[in-house]
Amino acid sequence: MSENTSSGAAAPLLADEANVARYGLFHRLLRDPVAVISAVILAIVVLAAVFAPLLTNQDPVQNKLADSLAPPFTAAHPLGADSVGRDVLAQLLYGARTSLIGAVIVVVVCMGLGVPAGILAGYFRGWIDSTGSWISNALMSLPAIVVLLVVLARVGRSTPLALAVFGILIAPAAFQLIRGSVRAVREELYIDAARVSGLSNARIMGRHVLPVVIAPSIIQGSQFAAAGIGIEAGIAFLGLGTSDHASWGLMLNDASQNIFVAPSLIVWPTIAIVTTIMVFTLLGNSVRDALTGTTTNKKRRSMGARVLTGGSSTSAASREVAQQASPLGPTSRTTDALLVVEGLKITYAAQDRADKTVVHDVSLSLRKGEILGLVGESGSGKSQTAFAVLGLLPGAARMNATSLIFNGQELPKLSSEQWNNLRGRQIGYIPQEPMSNLDPSYRIGFQLTEPMRHHLQLSKTAARQEALRLLARVGISDPQRVFDSYPHEISGGMAQRVLIAGAVSCNPELLIADEPTTALDVTVQAEVLDLIRDLQSERHMAVLLVTHNFGVVADLCDQVAVMQAGRIVEAASALELFANPRHEYTRMLLDSTMENAPSRRQMALSQWQGSDTQTMNQDAIS
Amino acid sequence: MLLFILRRLFAGAVLLFVIGSVTFFLLNLSGQDPVRQILGQAASATVAEGKRHELGLDQPVLARYGEWISEVVTGNLGTSWFNNQPVTSLLAQTIPVTMSLVLGAILITSFLGAALGVLAAVRGGVVDRVLQILSTLFYAIPSFLVSLVLVLVLAVQLGVLPATGFVPFGNSPGGWLTSITLPVVSLALGATSSVALQVRGSMIDVLEQDYVRTLRARGLSTRSILYRHALRNASPPAVTTLSLIFIVLISGAVIVEKVFNIPGIGTQANLAAAQGDLPVVLGVVLVTVTMVVLVNLLLDLVQGWLNPKVRVA
Repeated sequence: MSENTSSGAAAPLLADEANVARYGLFHRLLRDPVAVISAVILAIVVLAAVFAPLLTNQDPVQNKLADSLAPPFTAAHPLGADSVGRDVLAQLLYGARTSLIGAVIVVVVCMGLGVPAGILAGYFRGWIDSTGSWISNALMSLPAIVVLLVVLARVGRSTPLALAVFGILIAPAAFQLIRGSVRAVREELYIDAARVSGLSNARIMGRHVLPVVIAPSIIQGSQFAAAGIGIEAGIAFLGLGTSDHASWGLMLNDASQNIFVAPSLIVWPTIAIVTTIMVFTLLGNSVRDALTGTTTNKKRRSMGARVLTGGSSTSAASREVAQQASPLGPTSRTTDALLVVEGLKITYAAQDRADKTVVHDVSLSLRKGEILGLVGESGSGKSQTAFAVLGLLPGAARMNATSLIFNGQELPKLSSEQWNNLRGRQIGYIPQEPMSNLDPSYRIGFQLTEPMRHHLQLSKTAARQEALRLLARVGISDPQRVFDSYPHEISGGMAQRVLIAGAVSCNPELLIADEPTTALDVTVQAEVLDLIRDLQSERHMAVLLVTHNFGVVADLCDQVAVMQAGRIVEAASALELFANPRHEYTRMLLDSTMENAPSRRQMALSQWQGSDTQTMNQDAIS
Repeated sequence: MLLFILRRLFAGAVLLFVIGSVTFFLLNLSGQDPVRQILGQAASATVAEGKRHELGLDQPVLARYGEWISEVVTGNLGTSWFNNQPVTSLLAQTIPVTMSLVLGAILITSFLGAALGVLAAVRGGVVDRVLQILSTLFYAIPSFLVSLVLVLVLAVQLGVLPATGFVPFGNSPGGWLTSITLPVVSLALGATSSVALQVRGSMIDVLEQDYVRTLRARGLSTRSILYRHALRNASPPAVTTLSLIFIVLISGAVIVEKVFNIPGIGTQANLAAAQGDLPVVLGVVLVTVTMVVLVNLLLDLVQGWLNPKVRVA
C-alpha cells in the first residue's frame, strides 16, 4: 500500500495538506503578493542584522553623553542619538540581531518541547497523554511575565534565559496543536495497517505522522517567532534583559523615559518591531492560506451576511416582465386565492461557474383552507419554492417572480419589518429536521412564548398558559415538563410536535410544512400527519406541504403539484392525480411509492435519471 | 453544581500547590545569595550570618519549605525581606490596581469584541476586511508598544489624557478614570481583536444553522435573533478565548504598568525580583495563579449558563 493512496483515502484533509506542503506550496506563495513582500522585508531585516557592522561604524551600546539626543540627518548620526548618546541607526541594526536571535530561541525551545511531546502524547495516548496535558494546562495558567520575574530574580538579567523560559511557557500551544493533529491521524486505518504489517513505532511516526505535523508546525512557528520578537522587546523594555546588547526594547525604554523631550525616538524602534512582527504573522497566514485555500472564507462571509438583510433577498429582487404563465400552474383558480405564485425563478450565483437556476418559472396558487402538496425528489426545487414564499432564501440566491402575492400583499415589495410581521404571524413554518431547528440554548417554553409575546403582545403568564395549552393540543402528555426542558432533553418526535405547536401558535392563515415527517420514526409519522390534518381543519388554515412521499399526499392533500428539476410538471387535484396521472414522471413517482410492487416502469427509471431534464420537461408540456 | 465548583476549587488548589512548590525550590535552590543581595558585599560576615539567621536561611531548604507551606495554608505569606511589611498587606495595596486594569480591559474586550465580531459576520464586505486587518495588527503587536504609541499621540501630542501616574479611586473617581483609560485601552485592543475574530467565525457558523432560519420563520426581530439567539450560541468559544486572554492580560499589565508608572502588582513584582525579595515574589506568583484559577472557574460557570448541554447537575 503506497503512502499517498492510503493517506489520500483515509485522511483526505491532513494528507492533502501534507501533499500541498511538499509540492505546490512554494509556487502558491510566489503568487501571493503579501507573502512575497513579507519575505522580502524579512530578508532585509535579516541582512541588516547580519551586516550591521558594515552598515554603520557606530557602537550601539557606547554611551557618549556629548551626543545626547543628537538630532537626526547628521553624518555621525543619520537617525540621531538617544538620551545617553547611543546612535539610533546602530541600535536599530544591532537590535535586529537581538530580536531575530530572540525569535529563534523562542521558536526552537517552544517547538523543541511542544512538537515531540505533542507527537508522543497524540500517538501513545494513555498516561503519557494525561501527564503531558496536565503539565501543559498548568503552564498555561501561569502569566508568562510573572514566571520570568521569578527566574530572573534568582539568576539575574539574561535575555537568552528569559526567552528560553518564555519558550517553555508557550510550548503548550505547540503541544496541543500537534497532539490534536497526531490524534486525528492516529485514528486512521492506514496507521493500524502499518502496525499490523510490523513497522516499528519510530518508523510509523517518521513516515506517516511527521508529514502531518510539518504544515501546522510551520504556521505555528511563524506566530511564535512574532511573539518572540514582542517578548524580547518587552523584556528589554522592563530592564530584565542582558544590558550590554542593543535591543529595540531597550530603545523603547529610553524613548519612553524621554517621551516629552524627544518623542520621535519612539518612532524607529516601533516601526522595526511592528514591521518584523507583522512580517512573521503575515508569512504564517500566507502559508496557512496557501495550504487550505482562501476561497472558503469569502464564501462563508456571503452566507453569513444574510440575516440582517431580512426579507430583502426577495424584496430586492427585480421582478421580471411576465414571459408566459405556465400552462401547468393552477392559475385558473386565482380569484379567491390566499397565495399566488407566478413565474417564480430562483438562481444561485456560482463563483467560477455559470449561475445555477434551481427553480424555473414555477406557478401555483392556494386557496384559504386548502392543502396543496408540492411533491418531488430531493433537489427538485420544492423546498426552495417554499422558502421563497417565506422570504427565507439564502443570501446567495436571486429570486424573480411575475407575481408573488400572499393575502393581497405583494411579497417582493415588503420591507424586512413587514416580513417579520408576516412570518410567524400569518405564515407558520414546520421544518424538516426537528432537532436542529430548536435553539439548543433555550428552554422549549421560552422558544414557544417568545414569538407569541412578540406578535400577539401576550403577557408572560398568558403566553405561558397558551404555550402549555398548545403543547397539550399537539399531543404532549406532560406539557409542563416539556415546557421546562431544553431541546437536547426531548425526543425527535416530541421536538417536531413542539415545532408544530410553534408554527400554529400565532394562528397563521398559511402553514408551510417542509417534509414534516421525513426525519421521524414511521410510527410517529402517522401521528404527526394526523395532528397537522386536525389542526388544519380546526383552524381552517391553508397548508403548503412539501414532501417526496405520495403516501403523505394521499393522506392530506386537496391539490397536488409535482416538481421535477425546478419545474412543475403536473398539477391537479389529488383525486384526479392519483386516478389519472398524466405525466410520466408522476407515474414513475407513484410507482416507486408502492412498496414491494415490481413495476415495468422502474425500468424507465435509469433512463430518466440519466437523461437531460430540460428536454424531458418539453416533452411533458407538449 | 456545588460539587462541580468544589471539584474545580480542589483542582485549583492542587495546581496552586504544585506551582507554589516548584517556585519555592526554584527560588531557594539556586542563584545568588539573598543575604548578600540585601546587605551588599560590604557587610561583615558576622552581620551576614545574623541576617541569615534572622531570615531563617540557615535552616535546611526542606525545613524552610515545610514552614512556608504551613504558613501559607493559614493565609500568611510571610514578610518582605526589605521593608518588613507583611506580604499580604503589600499585595492588598497593589492587586486592586492591577485588577482594575485587567478587569476593565476584559469588560471592554467582551462587549466590544462581541459587537465587532457580530458586525463583521453579518455585514461582511468592507467592515469584515477592516476588522481582519486590524485584528492581525493588534493581535501580534505587544500591548506595551500600543500603549507607548497611545501615550505619544493622546498624552504627549494632544494632551487629552495623562501620560503617566495613577490616581486611587478613593481620592478622585474622575482622576482614577482618566488615569486608567490609556492603560486599559492599550491592554484591550489586542484582546478585543482576538475575541472579535473568534465571535465572527462562530457567528458565521451559527447563522447557517437550521434553527436560525426557523427563528426567522417565526417572525422574530433581527435584533432578537442576532443577539439573543445567535450570539449566545456563538459565545462559548469566545469565552474560552477570554480565559486565555485573562492570563495574557496579566502579563501585559505588568509591562503596561511600567509604561504608565502605575503602582500595581507588576511594578511590585518587578522591584521584588530585582531586589531578590523572595517572599514577595512567591506571594505574587501565588496570588496571580489564584486569580487565574478563580477566573477560569467563573468562566466555566458562564460557559454552563450559555450552553445547557455542558451544564453540570
